Amino acid sequence: MNTAPAKAGWRFRQPSVIPGFGLTLGFSLAYLTLIILIPLSGLVWRSAALGWTDFWAIAADRRTLNALKISFGAAFIAAAVNVVFGTIVAWVLVRYRFPGRRIADAMVDLPFALPTAVAGIALTTLYAPNGWIGHLLMPLGIKVAYTPLGIVIALVFIGLPFVVRTVQPIMEEIDKEVEEAAASLGANRFQIITRVLFPGLAPAIVTGFSLAFARGVGEYGSVIFIAGNLPFKSEIAPLLIVIRLEEYNYAAATAIAAIMLALSFLMLLVINLVQSWSRKRYG
Amino acid sequence: MEVRVVNVRKEFERFPALHDVSLDIRSGELIALLGPSGSGKTTLLRLIAGLERPTKGAIFFGEEDASQKSIQERNVGFVFQHYALFRHMTVADNIGFGLKVRHGAARPSAQEIRRRASELLDLVQLSGLEKRYPAQLSGGQRQRVALARAMAIEPKVLLLDEPFGALDAQVRRELRRWLREIHDATGHTTVFVTHDQEEALELADRVVVMSQGRIEQVGSADEIYDIPNSPFVYNFVGESSSLPVKVEDGQLWIADRPIGLSAPQGAPSGQALLYFRPHDVELLDGCSGCIAGTVAASRRVAGTRRVELEVGGERQRVEIELPVDHPAAQKSRVAFRPRRWKLFPAS
Repeated sequence: MNTAPAKAGWRFRQPSVIPGFGLTLGFSLAYLTLIILIPLSGLVWRSAALGWTDFWAIAADRRTLNALKISFGAAFIAAAVNVVFGTIVAWVLVRYRFPGRRIADAMVDLPFALPTAVAGIALTTLYAPNGWIGHLLMPLGIKVAYTPLGIVIALVFIGLPFVVRTVQPIMEEIDKEVEEAAASLGANRFQIITRVLFPGLAPAIVTGFSLAFARGVGEYGSVIFIAGNLPFKSEIAPLLIVIRLEEYNYAAATAIAAIMLALSFLMLLVINLVQSWSRKRYG
Repeated sequence: MEVRVVNVRKEFERFPALHDVSLDIRSGELIALLGPSGSGKTTLLRLIAGLERPTKGAIFFGEEDASQKSIQERNVGFVFQHYALFRHMTVADNIGFGLKVRHGAARPSAQEIRRRASELLDLVQLSGLEKRYPAQLSGGQRQRVALARAMAIEPKVLLLDEPFGALDAQVRRELRRWLREIHDATGHTTVFVTHDQEEALELADRVVVMSQGRIEQVGSADEIYDIPNSPFVYNFVGESSSLPVKVEDGQLWIADRPIGLSAPQGAPSGQALLYFRPHDVELLDGCSGCIAGTVAASRRVAGTRRVELEVGGERQRVEIELPVDHPAAQKSRVAFRPRRWKLFPAS
């Protein structure tokens, strides 16, 4: 057998039989540029006006670093929590038929629809030291409101639907026969979940994680009510940007924003690479 | 392994899918469950596998009552209609799965598992595809991988649910012959479900014909085809023709004419239905004691001619086969007598 190696190099995907490839590609690029690229490049442009030394001074500032750490750290933890419990929620909604299932299913979307400030105020009322849940946790020495833990809880609330809604459709597609096949080969329930079901769901779970994480990093409305906003302790990066803006310190605000942008982009890129790798393997 | 199904009844939410079914499967036998959809054949297969529990009755593997054992404990190889391969695993990992999930000393070493997998791939004629993923295989190849995966655990019984249902006709015929060879080489007791009579009659040692949750007949291809024991089997397996007749004085009559067939011992007098195969008839010239009718329609079917005759005053239509060179034309009279036939009570 003598097959020529595939031609190396980058090229446009072959246009399909459906016409309008040029038109739709042009439209997509123009739209993305208008909606995303121009505002973002404006941001980078403004912060570039600062010059390297000033930019670095703002970036290396302890208050900025702490705010970034809290924002990304809390978003990461919240997304991780959501992955575990969101997957369980999706499982229950897909696999079991119980009275009120539709209502529970609809409830998952509430964090999407609710104004985030309302969520923040509600959570603060519940978790404040004299609130319904807060006064139960107080004797245990757990303080939720006005601490980083409060931020995590707000972000868990906000991020849940992202995980549930990405995992649910994939879970619905799981063929019952595949589980039965694993059982007939002698696998017990635990082995079926860990070796057969979970690997099939992993790409969807990663997507859900990245969506919840991205949302958590950018979340502002619900967090500022519950966080207490103590500099160095529970101040998130978006809030710091707002503070700088209110001080008319536009350069510092855009600098922090640019750093957030770069970090978010990097993390989403990594997650995307992981996904395309797994998709290539499992078809 | 011998499998015995004893008086099994299965209901799904009060709806009976199987009524009181009994079946003995001999060790090393290749047996087909044949029936239309809704006849309960897949339910019976899933009961033997342990994917369902019987509502009543028992299933024995050898001398052992397996009815209350889970599918994991039964050690059966099950091949699903749509293969149900694990798509995130390579072909080799799919085949080795059943060995890998074993515990402790029962689990072979990784090397041994690899060796078994490639041995089985040789058996199913897919050597060299160890590293492929199921998405990269054709339907026929997936079917073979599914079978290799089921055989990897050295099952007591091999169960196949419509094994060739999703394949095109050419591949089907090939795989049919190939499955027979594998069965003869390995000697597993094998049960497969099919709605294709050709497949069942060609492949199986014995065929179980099922209808509406009951077993109609169990027998070899010859027995099922030549001595069907119910109108359903007559209709479902092969071609059949039927005519309403009257039993009187130990003779069969159509209207007021005897047709030259004597009624079997013990047949009650009165209305009955006469069943026969359209090709299994004797053509007659004169007619003293025969069935005679005028040709109403005629079709050429492969090597023969199929004619529809109108018989008797009530113009009952009946189909028989004629040699291609038979001179019968439209409206001409044809007389015949079935060679092999059976009488069933009129419903």
